Amino acid sequence: MKNKSLVSISDFTKEEYIRILDRAENFAINPNQRLLEGKVVAVLFFEPSTRTRLSFEAAINRLGGRVIGFTDSSSSSVTKGESLRDTILTVSNYADLIVMRHPKEGSARFASEISSVPIINAGDGANQHPTQCLLDLYSIRKTQGTLDNLNISFVGDLKYGRTVHSLSIALTHFNTTYHLVSPNELKLPSAVKMHIKNSKLIYNQYTDFSQAISISDIIYMTRIQKERFSDPIEYEKVKDTYVLKADMLQDIKPNLKVLHPLPRVNEISEDVDNLPQAYYFEQALNGVYVRQALLASILGN
Amino acid sequence: MEKIRKELVVSAIENGTVIDHVPASSVFKVIRILNLENVNNQILFGTNLDSEKLGKKGIVKIRDKYFEPEEVNKIALVAPNATLIIIKNFAVVEKKTVEVPNTVEKFVKCVNPNCISNHENIITQFTVIDKVKTKLQCHYCEKITEKKNMVFI
Ligand SMILES: [Zn+2]
Repeated sequence: MKNKSLVSISDFTKEEYIRILDRAENFAINPNQRLLEGKVVAVLFFEPSTRTRLSFEAAINRLGGRVIGFTDSSSSSVTKGESLRDTILTVSNYADLIVMRHPKEGSARFASEISSVPIINAGDGANQHPTQCLLDLYSIRKTQGTLDNLNISFVGDLKYGRTVHSLSIALTHFNTTYHLVSPNELKLPSAVKMHIKNSKLIYNQYTDFSQAISISDIIYMTRIQKERFSDPIEYEKVKDTYVLKADMLQDIKPNLKVLHPLPRVNEISEDVDNLPQAYYFEQALNGVYVRQALLASILGN
Repeated sequence: MEKIRKELVVSAIENGTVIDHVPASSVFKVIRILNLENVNNQILFGTNLDSEKLGKKGIVKIRDKYFEPEEVNKIALVAPNATLIIIKNFAVVEKKTVEVPNTVEKFVKCVNPNCISNHENIITQFTVIDKVKTKLQCHYCEKITEKKNMVFI
């Protein structure tokens, strides 16, 4: 992993994920370890995402590294028409590693090919967001004690949600049974389903949320966005169908946990927040530990 | 007589490569994909020629040039039934058909308008994930470009 870029979840092997997750557990216990002392990390956010940026910056600071960069390309040379190539070539002279988020798909792969320092992809358009996937895996393992043989329900927008795609693919290493709950318009793309099938795993598709709850070890909620529907009437029909409420969590497995990549709008009602099944806020905190583990594995000694 | 007359529509070459059974609409694409615009060899081509197999076909002859298989296989995307004929001393020494390659570089555009390869000066790269239906997965954005959406650079 040393000096390796992380662009896409498929860049790392199963063993490498496991090593990152193991290391993240160590940071959860002992977060302040100055393993990046003397290192400079460039955090380049060509589009804003405060949550992800703060998580990376917290991780770098806890490791004793220094942060340079910009948080919004509108105030930088990028607006003056500088190409991504030129920005990366310039910044890779200043930093030991680049964390980047960019609105164009494939931007992080391209950057990793021209940069002299490793790149961590913090989101490239609708394509990949591998550290989100790592923190989801971490959260699943933390709450279930294992990643193997779990029943995982994905609920909401399974078509456009890149976190769902990446996590579904990563979970094919762990003998997962998938329960895919979505309106017909927002089903998981066939390429991802093909990947599950080729891994000899089972997926079930539902439009009725209630059918999947009692069999789930994990319920992974996502937001359904109005702009994804060509017909606004279709949106109105389904918008309240995929909302998780406290009274739906009656007949459940004792180990059930509810995850969500955040920010949520209304797809998890607030009365769920105080239940023992709610895990989405801790899930976000885990992001700092997995990012520490990743940074330390790539840059540390 | 008829047969000979047809053969002579595009004159014979002594040594080199003949690419036959190119769809008439793809002759210029084949020339571009093989980068024949930038070679010094003599090139003869014909298009809209009568063909029993294709109705109308094209043919390209390149004097004194032989191609590596991976080079010529690139044209399979636009001319899947093309035949490659190696000529030495006016005689056919080898005939083979093209095969869809495992990877495609440079000459196909990614279908995804939000792909970085459509916004920066980048040489496109694809993995061929389905040779029968010709589906290409972009090395950058990971989206799939299908045959019906394929645009040649
Ligand atoms: Zn692309």
